[in-house]
Formats: sequence, C-alpha cells, structure tokens
Amino acid sequence: MKKNWLIVDDSKVIRGIARGILHDLGFETDEAEDGKEALAACAKKMPDAVLLDWNMPVMNGIEFLKELRAMPGGKTPKVFFCTTENDMSHITQALETGADEFIMKPFDAEILSSKVALQGLA
Amino acid sequence: MKDEVFTFLAKLLREQSGLAITRDKEYLLESRLNPLARRHGQPGIEAMWPAMRSGLDHALQREIVEAMTTNETFFFRDAGTFDTFRKAVLPGLVAARAHAKTLRIWFAACSSGQEPYSVAMILEEERALLAGWTVEMIGTDLSTEMVERSRGGLYSHFEAQRGLPIQMLARYFDKDEQGWRIKAPLRERVKFRTINLLESFAALGTFDVIFCRNVLIYFELATKRDILDRMSRQMSESGVLFLGGAETVIGVSEKFVPNPGHAGIFVPAQSAALARAVGQ
Repeated sequence: MKKNWLIVDDSKVIRGIARGILHDLGFETDEAEDGKEALAACAKKMPDAVLLDWNMPVMNGIEFLKELRAMPGGKTPKVFFCTTENDMSHITQALETGADEFIMKPFDAEILSSKVALQGLA
Repeated sequence: MKDEVFTFLAKLLREQSGLAITRDKEYLLESRLNPLARRHGQPGIEAMWPAMRSGLDHALQREIVEAMTTNETFFFRDAGTFDTFRKAVLPGLVAARAHAKTLRIWFAACSSGQEPYSVAMILEEERALLAGWTVEMIGTDLSTEMVERSRGGLYSHFEAQRGLPIQMLARYFDKDEQGWRIKAPLRERVKFRTINLLESFAALGTFDVIFCRNVLIYFELATKRDILDRMSRQMSESGVLFLGGAETVIGVSEKFVPNPGHAGIFVPAQSAALARAVGQ
C-alpha cells in the first residue's frame, strides 16, 4: 500500500511541485492550504507524512504542528517543514516543536527524495 | 569531435590523471569541457584547438584535467556505507587498535569534501568511543580548486540539504552570507592535500581506513590495479578499504579481498589470510 503525504502550503504552485515529486517517488498525496484545513484532514485520515509550510494564513505551520502532535495518533506522521525560513532559530524551533526534518526553499527533487530516504519513508 | 582534438584530449587526460576516455565517452568531454571553453570566450572545446595544439599552455591543460576529474559528491552519499562504517568498521577498529589508540583515515579523491566531513560528523557523534584517541583524517584530490573548496567547508543551500539530516546541519554548520559552513572545530579535524593517484603515496603514511569510492571506475584496468596495489602498501594490518557500491577488487587487484561480513568493503589479502590462519 502506498504511503500518503499531506502537502500543506498556501501556494498552489508549491503544492503542485511537491505533488509531482512525491508522486514520482511513489507516494499518494492530499493537500491543504493552511494549518486549520490540514488539521481537519488529519482528523479524517492521519497521513504517513506531512510536507509543511511555515507562513500560512489562518493557522501557520508551527501552530499546526503543536496541535497535530497533541492529537490522538498525531505523533506518528513524519513532519517535514518546507519553508523559505532558513535561519538556525527557525530550524531549532521546528525541531523542538516536533518536526522530523526541515527543507529550505527552494528545493528540488534530489533534496526531497534524500530527506525522504533519511526518514525511512522511501 | 575531430580525431586530432579527441586524440589530444584523451592522451592528456591519460598521462596527467590516468583517466581513460574512449570514443563512446566523447559526450563526457563535451559536457565538462564546453563550459570551460565558454569561460574562455569560445563556443566549445573544439574551438580551443589552436590554444591546445601547441601543448605549451600548461594552465589550460591543468584546467582541462581538473574539469574532467572533478566528481560530484554529497553528504552521506550511499548511506549504507556510512552505516557500515559507524556500526561495524569503527567498533572493529577500536577493538583492533586499542593498544595504540590511533586511527588514520584517508579519503582519496575527496572532491569538495562532503565525504570526509560526513565521517568527521560520525566520529563526533561517537566521541565517547574514541575518548583519548588520536584520529587523523586526510582528504586528497587531484584538483587544487577542490582541495581549497574542501578546506573552506562552505556549501550551498542545495549541497547542505542533500543527504544531510537537518539535525546534523543544525549541529555542525553555521549559516553565513555565502551559504552553510562547517563549524571550525570539525573543519580542523580534516587536513586536505593535492595528490595525483598516479603518483607515489609513500609520504602519506599508513592508514586504517581508505575511502576510494567512485573514482577508480574512470581508469583502465592496469591503472586501477596499480593504484590499489600501492594503496595496499599504505594499509595497516587491521585496515579497511571502502570502494563505491558497484566496484570490486575481484579481477582487479589481488592485494585486497572482500570482507565476508559486509558488501563494499575490502581488507588487505595478507591480513585476511592471517585471520583465517588463527581461526578468526
């Protein structure tokens, strides 16, 4: 059975790029435009992994991650931040909040596939 | 490509670096050397024939050799290799060399340095195992440009993310204006030198681990054998050789044999024979 990703980003372009790469890697994907929509999606069906933007309207990535990890089953998905924020303080905050990986935009297929492999999802 | 240009380039590369380029690899010449030609204001490498023909432009020859011999690398390339190093080879060496508490590691053809720095990160993570040990790591490459790059330990946004877990980026790198730089204490653990694999290694001394991955594939069999035979003379009794995933010593050099426990690593033939003799 294919593993499932939830792509959470307010940019349709980024969601499209990520969708293409993840499909090529053999995954199924769902999408959400913000953290609140993503939480609703997780409540319905917990994904195996989340590709998570930081800055989004309604609910940002960090707020989503805190809520996700507090949900039943919420500790299971591997969470990969994928953001333009690229300083050490954001990386540290992401890891301390419970992210498993942190991808700095712009990213390419090689970066995403290597990070996926590092988390044992390949 | 015109015969005379191809013949000149193939001869130059074989003599100065051992690289074996046959006609079917002509695309490699063009893909690596056309950008070099454009930097010189020429449309492609064949247009540089007048400059190459005399054989007197040594700076251009050096550029050509460096452009052809620079290999792509990334952090923890072939993750299994580093797992094997960390979980099997390192503990084995710590046991075998407990009397001396020294470890010497050579990264032959280290390119831009990601391989030695990957091992340096592993050794830092295993510092409890190596408390009180003297560890020396040497990275060498034919290219002076790559050696300088390695010393600087500076990696681009893409290079710092490929293959590298974020926890290690956070722990071992600083972000600066130009990119991500390996922190000074880790950079200082690896020394880098320019070495041509066709030349003598005697001055480098004896090593417990040699990484020579994904470079011998570019050489003719006789050159591969020569390099491996000479490397065996720089190996300690308990030494281990790492080659690339698709590489082997079988049919190439009798000085090494595969390590029966782990694919992709090889040990000096005489130490394997000794281990068998004492029933290990």
